[in-house]
Amino acid sequence: MLNFFSKNEPPKLIGLPEGTFTVDPEGRVLTSTIPQWFPSEHVEDIGRRVINAFRQAREVHLPLNELVIHYAALKIIARELRGGALIFLTLKQDETEIPKL
Amino acid sequence: MATRPKILLLDDEQDLVESYATLLENIPSHPEVFTCMAGPRALALLKSESFDLFITDLRLPGIDGLQMLSVVRRKYPRMRTVVLTGLSDEQFRMRAYAMGADLFWLKPDTRDGMQAFQDCVESLLQHTPLSGFRGVQNKSLVDIIQLECLSQNSSVLHIVREGQVADIWMANGNVIDAQFSGLSGESAFREIMTWKSGNFELLPPDTEHPRVIESSYQGLLLDSAQAMDEGRGTQFSMEPLAVEPSPLSLLAETDGVEFLLSLDSARKMESWGLENAEAVAQWIAGLDKSFRELGERLEVGDTQQLQGIGPKCRIALVGREQSLLCVGLNPSINIEQAAGTVKQIASRWLC
Repeated sequence: MLNFFSKNEPPKLIGLPEGTFTVDPEGRVLTSTIPQWFPSEHVEDIGRRVINAFRQAREVHLPLNELVIHYAALKIIARELRGGALIFLTLKQDETEIPKL
Repeated sequence: MATRPKILLLDDEQDLVESYATLLENIPSHPEVFTCMAGPRALALLKSESFDLFITDLRLPGIDGLQMLSVVRRKYPRMRTVVLTGLSDEQFRMRAYAMGADLFWLKPDTRDGMQAFQDCVESLLQHTPLSGFRGVQNKSLVDIIQLECLSQNSSVLHIVREGQVADIWMANGNVIDAQFSGLSGESAFREIMTWKSGNFELLPPDTEHPRVIESSYQGLLLDSAQAMDEGRGTQFSMEPLAVEPSPLSLLAETDGVEFLLSLDSARKMESWGLENAEAVAQWIAGLDKSFRELGERLEVGDTQQLQGIGPKCRIALVGREQSLLCVGLNPSINIEQAAGTVKQIASRWLC
């Protein structure tokens, strides 16, 4: 009775990618090593938010060269690149790496 | 007669849902098990009924299990959540916990495994009354003490307010001692009860602690309320008139700090060392919102910390519930120093 755990066509869950991509000052993705199964709209969304963050930092006179966002399961490192950005996505394998403050 | 706990079970396979419902209904607390096979239906049920436990598969059509966890955690923060999946993947296990799941359980394929799962569900249901007190909560002291005592619990209530620390010991539903600033027993308890705000944390019971207070907790709370009503509470009669340094200016005494800016849940700002504080406050509020939204969209859990490095300064953004603290550091200090300083300031701010 307990052996009922396989699904014929399981719905897909989107995994988290590791890789790097670059975006131009308008947030358009220029180059990417992010796996193709990861939705491109997510990649573009990350790029746009990072570009906005750098632009707004300049506007309040706190220009940034690098931005690091620690999530529980993912780390995003973004380096400013002539108005655009080089963005690294890495998985957080060890939850204790960044203490919850 | 005690009410039966309620479980909502979400999985898109009907046979499995029905089998699990039957198995779970037979655990000792005899819960009512509601079942559904799709996220929207689960959300509708959650809205119409009050559940103690939500069990979800991960792979679901439409709204997946991680999205469901995110919604449940936001809308029903006290509800226990369990992920029950056939997906043996470390990444999804980590993400489920990051999204606030209490338990991630691979669908058992043996009788022993099923029994262990039933035991875990029973344990979660047994602990449901405590679910509001996990971590640090903003509750009134009277609420917490009443609920702890009514539940016949044993614990140590650790309270921090503006750098002051107090403890109240409870054993089997009785308040047995309190200590604050050299006071102990009932006098300390009365003094602590005058506090209107602070951070509370329930610590494990201290079984060795001697009983100093013999009065019932109802009597203690009544006495404290009367004392405050009659104006005998020293907190009200001895409010300091002198202007105290702001909390931020005290935090700013740490080496390497260039500026500090805090925003509370109502977005009231306090700053130290910034000329354009209003503009920076708007920026960090927007930054926090933007990356919180991104975290929800990617299903990667909360933003734990956000750091920026620039030619003029390093910044770190830390959050506590709906409040934010932005720490600006001198760019000349190295990464390790910066991390240590931010951690030190954040821990003091969290108190």
